[in-house]
Amino acid sequence: MLAPAVAGAQEAPGHPVSGQISFQPSVTPIMDSIVAFHDGVLMWVISAIVLLVLALLIIVMVRFNAKANPVPARFTHNTLIEVIWTVVPILVLIVIAIPSFGVLADQLIEPDGERRYLGSDIFSFGDVEVPAPELTVKATGEQWFWSYEYMDEGLRFDQYILDEETRRAQKPNQPRLLAVDNELVVPVDTTVRLQVTSSPTGVIHAFALPSFGIKIDAVPGRLNETWFNARETGIYYGQCSELCGKDHAFMPIAVRVVEQDEFAAWIEAFENGDYSAANATLAAIQ
Amino acid sequence: MAHAEAAHLEAEATGHDHLAIDPDTPRGWRRWVYSTNHKDIGIMYLVFSIFAGVVGAILSGFMRMELQEPGIQIFHGLAAMTYGVEGDAALDAGKHMFNVFTTAHALVMVFFAVMPATVGGFGNYFAPLQIGAPDTAFPRINNIAFWLLPPAFLLTVLSLFFEGPAGMYGSGGGWTIYPPFSTVGQPGPAMDFVILSLHIAGASSILGAINLITTIFNMRAPGMTLHKMPLFVWSILVTAFLLLLALPVLAGGITMLLTDRNFGTTFFSPQGGGDPILFQHLFWFFGHPEVYIMILPGFGIISHIVATFSRKPVFGYLAMVYAMVAIGFIGFVVWAHHMYTVGLSLDVQRYFVAATMVIAVPTGVKIFSWIATMWGGSITFRTPMLWAIGFIFLFTVGGVTGVVLANAGADRALHDTYYVVAHFHYVLSLGAIFSMFAGWYYWYPKMFGYMYNETLANLHFWVMFIGVNLIFFPQHFLGLAGMPRRYIDYPDAFGLWNRISSIGYYVTFVSLLIFFWVMIEAVRKKRIAGDNPWGDGATTLEWTLSSPPPFHQFSTLPKITGSAH
Repeated sequence: MLAPAVAGAQEAPGHPVSGQISFQPSVTPIMDSIVAFHDGVLMWVISAIVLLVLALLIIVMVRFNAKANPVPARFTHNTLIEVIWTVVPILVLIVIAIPSFGVLADQLIEPDGERRYLGSDIFSFGDVEVPAPELTVKATGEQWFWSYEYMDEGLRFDQYILDEETRRAQKPNQPRLLAVDNELVVPVDTTVRLQVTSSPTGVIHAFALPSFGIKIDAVPGRLNETWFNARETGIYYGQCSELCGKDHAFMPIAVRVVEQDEFAAWIEAFENGDYSAANATLAAIQ
Repeated sequence: MAHAEAAHLEAEATGHDHLAIDPDTPRGWRRWVYSTNHKDIGIMYLVFSIFAGVVGAILSGFMRMELQEPGIQIFHGLAAMTYGVEGDAALDAGKHMFNVFTTAHALVMVFFAVMPATVGGFGNYFAPLQIGAPDTAFPRINNIAFWLLPPAFLLTVLSLFFEGPAGMYGSGGGWTIYPPFSTVGQPGPAMDFVILSLHIAGASSILGAINLITTIFNMRAPGMTLHKMPLFVWSILVTAFLLLLALPVLAGGITMLLTDRNFGTTFFSPQGGGDPILFQHLFWFFGHPEVYIMILPGFGIISHIVATFSRKPVFGYLAMVYAMVAIGFIGFVVWAHHMYTVGLSLDVQRYFVAATMVIAVPTGVKIFSWIATMWGGSITFRTPMLWAIGFIFLFTVGGVTGVVLANAGADRALHDTYYVVAHFHYVLSLGAIFSMFAGWYYWYPKMFGYMYNETLANLHFWVMFIGVNLIFFPQHFLGLAGMPRRYIDYPDAFGLWNRISSIGYYVTFVSLLIFFWVMIEAVRKKRIAGDNPWGDGATTLEWTLSSPPPFHQFSTLPKITGSAH
């Protein structure tokens, strides 16, 4: 079952595939930098540390077992080696920290059109241009669904999981537990400001979208903010990531990224009608 | 350690003590229920911990069975059987019941399995022995500290049978009990039971900590300065301070939760000017030191085992001591790395990234010092040594994923996914638990006077080593691919690694059966272990006494004459 699923990975980003052992493919500069930081720096460092410790353990077990070395040494100090194993880890941590702080700052600083972002080149000073936000969407976590509002347009809709029967009938090619009735529709290559909160009388949820590299808690009484700029059209799935009750596993997030002109037509149809009228302007999701 | 060898000779004369046959020694149930004897109380803690550990392991078994395949497998049936509900109501009750099981698994393992074993069990039994003290400073506090635990455990168990959210039973808010889900989200009394259970378990730990700190500071044998004190005693001392400083903060936080729930206060409710995030700060100010509380005694145990079976003193004793002290200190200033996604400002996240990464340095010192202790040694691979070497390797694996998660930028993708589950089970389920089994097999002949079958015990190690790695290694992949924690059901793509993880659970369960087999076999065969079955590498004071030690030891205090480190 592993092989065909992995083969499908390239053509179907936006959700996990069977046997996957790393991140979902990135479609934003933020997730680019997370992938580069994790796969390009952290994985190498931690693998090297684990292999070093394993190698040292194997060496002591082979060289210093009772057969090979019947008389134990009595030394208990070696200042040089102690200084080395204190200082070298500090240097390694500094090498990690430099890109780490850059990746973090990119996530928390909203684009103004001027600031440059790291993207996958995390050891640069940043050369990825990201435009200032042109669209503001508010996502509100409810027990147990997401409610969205296009803030400037004043348009709202709710997003519920599709039960299995409906999914098979309407969106059979969308993954079980991830497919929703109403996707959040946003334009491609556009910076979207995403505000996240929870119902004032509700509980904490978390809005997470792996391919965008965003995860932010939806807290009652608090308006959290993040942003994304997706470069590929398609449907991207996420799931609630803070324990919120019995249907915590059943309030997925689905974002449909469409061409900018498609989005313009979509939002106009939404303003003049309703969500389903707007969706009629787009190709149907299978 | 040089000092203890000298002590060995000194204590030889006084160890076998006439009080062992004191006719006033209490017998029967009074010996245990009224016990003020640190060794008997230590044994009770250990038995209690094994019982709780089995309960916690069974709870996780139901979760792994549920997660073995996509879809809901067993919990709707379990809810139907337990609560007599049917159809959709059973499905809803089952979904909540899964959350109740994750919550109970964590609470039972943290508060009733790991803490009682390391601090209450080994700490109580061996800290006084290793410092040459006749008992702890406050034997009656020791008694009440232990006897608070069964009622605390009972309250957690009772919570399963009281209403949580409307129409459903048990507390399903996770061990982190974040409001508002633990206030307005679950109005029934189940959550109050959990809060009171934590209060009592916390009081028990605080009392135990006071007793251990006082004992270690005041009752060391003549000549045993702090810098000559065995590393296990140091680890218990640092742990006791963490308990003393961290648990009152938890108590404050959950008291506010209790009044929010029952008396109309709004500490954590935005409608009354409160803030749900305040609770998370209070919880993790306790919760992060808590993870070091669970692992530090293990560090002490591993140091002794590595030195004993390498027949070589611990390398870099002072660095080992101050690494533990440093880990204890830094452990108090890194709590918000559990909260990177709540909406903390950039500067706050930067600080917690930097502070958290610093912990890797003293932890690295410990790992490398253990290896340096083995370097040049004459190593025998007895059962405790297998667990210790397994610990060092697996704790390293869990440690480096901690470095990954310390980076808020990377944590963005991994927070609240199975990567975190894999990380903390590598340091706890494979770290703390391995150190507990290491300590158990190291001190079993001392505590009970009998030797177990080492072939069987080694089999226990290997089966468990394979089992827990099968459970938790694939969970890194699930987390990277984005599978969130605390999910009863998951998209089909996560099926493969979940199935392997569940198979790992069954392997681990078999290893627990082997563990009980080892214990039964040892009790039935009654191989006399002798005072010191481990040879000249075992240099601390407990090996100068008979096995088991006399009811009261060191009626004449041993004199410690060894040189300082």
